Amino acid sequence: MRRSPEPVFWSLFSAGGVVLALIAPALILATGFLVPAERVEFDRLSAILTQPLARIAVVGLAFLTFVHAAHRLRHTLVDVGLRAYGGPIATVSYLAALALTAWAALVAFG
Amino acid sequence: MTSGATTTQTIGFEIARYLPGEDRAPTLRHYDVPYRPEWVVLDALNYLKDEVDGTLSFRWSCRMGVCGSCGAMVNGVPRLMCAAFLRDYLPGPIRVEPLANFPIERDLVIVLDDFMQKLRAVKPWIIPGDRPPPADAEYRQTPAQLADFKQYSMCINCLLCYSACPVYQHEEEFLGPAVLALAQRYDHDSRDRGNSQRHELTWSDEGIWDCTFVGECSAVCPKHVDPAGAIQQAKVESTMDWYRSVLWPFGRR
Repeated sequence: MRRSPEPVFWSLFSAGGVVLALIAPALILATGFLVPAERVEFDRLSAILTQPLARIAVVGLAFLTFVHAAHRLRHTLVDVGLRAYGGPIATVSYLAALALTAWAALVAFG
Repeated sequence: MTSGATTTQTIGFEIARYLPGEDRAPTLRHYDVPYRPEWVVLDALNYLKDEVDGTLSFRWSCRMGVCGSCGAMVNGVPRLMCAAFLRDYLPGPIRVEPLANFPIERDLVIVLDDFMQKLRAVKPWIIPGDRPPPADAEYRQTPAQLADFKQYSMCINCLLCYSACPVYQHEEEFLGPAVLALAQRYDHDSRDRGNSQRHELTWSDEGIWDCTFVGECSAVCPKHVDPAGAIQQAKVESTMDWYRSVLWPFGRR
């Protein structure tokens, strides 16, 4: 059977969509609006986010977000007529997502 | 338009005319047709063919949204001409062109060969596999089993979805919305065992993975088949199968 590699990218894209459309807005809503500003203290948030598992989770969320954006960008460019460059566009898009994830890891673990 | 003297009023039409071999490209020709509020675009075209110009060519059969023959671009949107009422296009003119993304046979008649060949390729029939139908009784299905594919079986092959699809416009190889929805119709039929035979094609890059979920196919579908939903469903199934084959390589097929 001729396997398309697309399920890998598509599932990451889907997971990124869930992060972007559900988890991120929920986090923003909770930390930015629902919890009173004086209750959100930098030291407490920092203590939570600098735990090893939390750092990994942050990088994971960033990874899915960037892959989602890369996948969308790739298919949008192809849809607007750049189909002939589909291969290079895909390569550059996903490499950019990986580079941005590396940057996120530097920030999260820095 | 005021009600009353409707028969004396007319509505303008711009209809694409094209005769291969004589015309270099389709051109719009203007016609005036008596306006009747109960008429659809197909009625107006039949009036023109009977009364004005017998050479006007278009496909039609049932006049009631069942046969799927009379698809055309009406004011740039893929529609069944039998379901496009003149009263919804007042004051006109109404532009009628052949379905986009297909070669033109003549006037509003398009060449169906590409679709027919792709439809055949996904084996749109029940493949019984090693569990043949019972010889002495009908095949029973629960309401849930029927509901699993019934929506996809409503497709009338009218090709409006192919005209609306921007992916098919750029990518000839793409199997397209209706073919993928119909493949899904048989994949989800409890009587069918042919999934693996179809997936080689439908789960390939020219199948579901060419779709970028624009969703116009479902927006124009006159039978509410929702081909975009069918393709998304197939993407989930193909992805689950991919991960299963990687994470659980034992005992597969």
